Amino acid sequence: METPNIAHAEAPVDAHHHEPHSFWSKYVFSQDHKVIAMQYMITALVMGFIGMAMSWIFRIQLAWPEHNLPFLRFLMPTNMESGTLQTPGYYMLVTMHGTIMVFFLLTAILTGGFGNYLIPLQVGARDMAFPFLNMLSYWFYFLSCVVITISLFVSTGAAAAGWTSYPPLSALAKATPGSGLGQDLWLIAIALFIVASTMGSLNYVTTALNMRAKGMTLMRMPLTVWGIIVAAMLGLFAFPALFAGAVLLLLDRHLGTSFFLPHLVLGGEHIVRNDGSPLLWQHLFWFLGHPEVYILILPAMGITSEILSNGARKPIFGYKVMVASIIAIGFLSFIVWGHHMFVSGMNPWLGFAFVITTLIIAVPSAIKTFNWLGTLWKGNIRFTTPMLYAIGFISTFVTGGLTGLFLGNSALDIPLHDTYFVVAHFHVVMGLSSVFGIFAGIYYWFPKMTGKMMSERWGKVHFWLTFIGSYGVFWTMHYLGFMGMPRRYYSYDSYQFLPLSMHALQIVITISALVVGIAQLIFVVNFLGSWLRGKKAPDNPWEATTLEWQTSTPPPHGNWGPVLPVVHRWPYDYSVPGASADFVPQTVPVEAEPSGEHHRHAVAVNGHGHTNGHGNGHHS
Amino acid sequence: MATAELSLQQEFQEYTLRSPFKASWQKVMMWVFIVVDALTFGSLLVSYGFTRVSIGTWANPAEVFALHIGGKEIPLLLIAIMTFILVSSSGTMALAVANAYERKKKQTILFLTLTMLLGLSFVGCQVYEWTHLIEQGTRPWWNPYGPPQFGAYFFTLTGFHGMHVLSGVIYLAIVARMVANGTLDRRGSYQLVEIAGLYWHFVDLIWVFIFTMFYLF
Repeated sequence: METPNIAHAEAPVDAHHHEPHSFWSKYVFSQDHKVIAMQYMITALVMGFIGMAMSWIFRIQLAWPEHNLPFLRFLMPTNMESGTLQTPGYYMLVTMHGTIMVFFLLTAILTGGFGNYLIPLQVGARDMAFPFLNMLSYWFYFLSCVVITISLFVSTGAAAAGWTSYPPLSALAKATPGSGLGQDLWLIAIALFIVASTMGSLNYVTTALNMRAKGMTLMRMPLTVWGIIVAAMLGLFAFPALFAGAVLLLLDRHLGTSFFLPHLVLGGEHIVRNDGSPLLWQHLFWFLGHPEVYILILPAMGITSEILSNGARKPIFGYKVMVASIIAIGFLSFIVWGHHMFVSGMNPWLGFAFVITTLIIAVPSAIKTFNWLGTLWKGNIRFTTPMLYAIGFISTFVTGGLTGLFLGNSALDIPLHDTYFVVAHFHVVMGLSSVFGIFAGIYYWFPKMTGKMMSERWGKVHFWLTFIGSYGVFWTMHYLGFMGMPRRYYSYDSYQFLPLSMHALQIVITISALVVGIAQLIFVVNFLGSWLRGKKAPDNPWEATTLEWQTSTPPPHGNWGPVLPVVHRWPYDYSVPGASADFVPQTVPVEAEPSGEHHRHAVAVNGHGHTNGHGNGHHS
Repeated sequence: MATAELSLQQEFQEYTLRSPFKASWQKVMMWVFIVVDALTFGSLLVSYGFTRVSIGTWANPAEVFALHIGGKEIPLLLIAIMTFILVSSSGTMALAVANAYERKKKQTILFLTLTMLLGLSFVGCQVYEWTHLIEQGTRPWWNPYGPPQFGAYFFTLTGFHGMHVLSGVIYLAIVARMVANGTLDRRGSYQLVEIAGLYWHFVDLIWVFIFTMFYLF
């Protein structure tokens, strides 16, 4: 199995498809996974900036209520006549902020962006299994972005029923201004997004399973690939529930069915529907909604593992357990959705079952955290920007994970439900953590993608401002949540139970949010500036072992030139005792350089190693 | 160029051998898609169950879907015929796949065409059923038989399944054309027929679930 057999894998460069030459087929309707990945990434980052700008506007409202912002009149003519954010506009912005961030930024960039770029390169394939479907996936995603953006400009405003779009608010066109055309466009955009995500994920899973290079066994795949394909599977198996829900909700809105509508009175008028259940939507939504947060976190976990091992110059601690916990988290994520519905009036025994399954997720998550710390332990850490972000990921994941233990427990969740504590929790654990994973990944793979290095100095400024600023936002929110500050309130000055001192905290949060915002502008400048005139990147700037760093930078069409790579070892051969460098690429035969893979295996089976090590590989 | 084509095939064979399921990526992709689609139908069927249980009363499908023949009312006769047609189409599909592997072009096309015809007659029966119920006053928001959700789920479930049968017919037509014009001969593999068959059998299987859960209960 280990014998190199290069002749075997020989194939011409353009075996899969001929390299495109025209502008349109090369950069626009490209079927090359690397170009599609960049399209996904840049579109998602643009959407992310729109989503972030929305948060500034409603954060300003919360800190300085009804402050006059003249430029808003141009941006949103309907909800901003006087330049002040009004209630419908506020609900529209929080709804669209959530929707855009969760689906159009995080899901899209992690699976569509990183998945597309890394899977073929890290498993040693020339492209995705089905490049045409891959291209189609991007264009459906693009279309969904267009629809959701257009919805911001319709006369009644975009959807305003929260990113969860609970009926009846989302089912009755006259419930709020945003429940009209805006909600229809929201549902259509989500349906298009699901189609795009499904087409993409079919490719990611199939490529990783079937198109691996010779020697690249499943248990030699980098953890990034594991994280992404398990996330892709979660997407494949969870999105159908939301798709079905979206179809039923559209029927409720336009064909007069009442799947989700109970008998109700709206503005003194009886709505002649009956016996439908708004809870059904909640079940369908959260059956997707919970796996969705793991769709965001698993790829970030994979990216982090990869970068930590590289930056600490040590093999990842407990590779097999890491893979097993990714799979365990993926499986468990399907049986915990009820913890979002503890206050919906569910049977306490059912709630109890959901508490148990939820708290079990803490086990694989804690194992992963332990292994990351084990990887860092006594490492020769290189504090590069990607490494800082990877360490930042551990910090935010632990913080957010710990508050998850509060909220996963129904006895504590019921008083904390719908307060800022919940907002703080999910932002830290799935928003911040996956954003940190994404930034780590962008700084790490930017040289491979563009052929240029990003500025380390500005990268570090970006990191520290983002890290401290986001803790300023979300750490503070936990206190507001404990004091009972309800989420989604436009104005909170007329509630006796909320002390005036809370106002000071709201200002702290908004100022921190604006600081984080400015830090992202530094990122944009660094990103574009480095791309245009950055230092030229070598093929393997981080001295990494995985396959993508063993080809030229940026990789050519078809990725590998005439000869497909052959894999001889696992992806974490850092600081192997007796090796000539502190990293050994996966393509180097074991006859040429020793491998930590078998060494570690021997430790596990016999309780002692071949050489003098303890299996932690630290020999600097 | 000829060597390039050969290497391409070798590369694909290599990949197929390396698959944990020992199946080509095309087949793996279809299986994963089938799981996705099954979960979509699953979501609709579970929603239907949720609604029906929470309402408590429901229409009696044996009466609603009865045919009047010679002054007699025969419950579920049309549904039985439709089920028979669809199950038979799975049989003809299996024959098409078997012939495809023996590279018997004519027989493959014949059985694919038979499958498509059976699929179309199934959809025809469905059109008849829909027309009949609509004439009786069934609408997505109201029906004469039971709670409004009965009609709503009837149209949603059977409509969604009917769309799958129709797209299956189009899919099979494309495959039949590829068999006829020699595309599959040039590819050197008739696996596409088998993959289309997977989809067709899946759509039949879904019908068995809809039949059991919506019509029999």
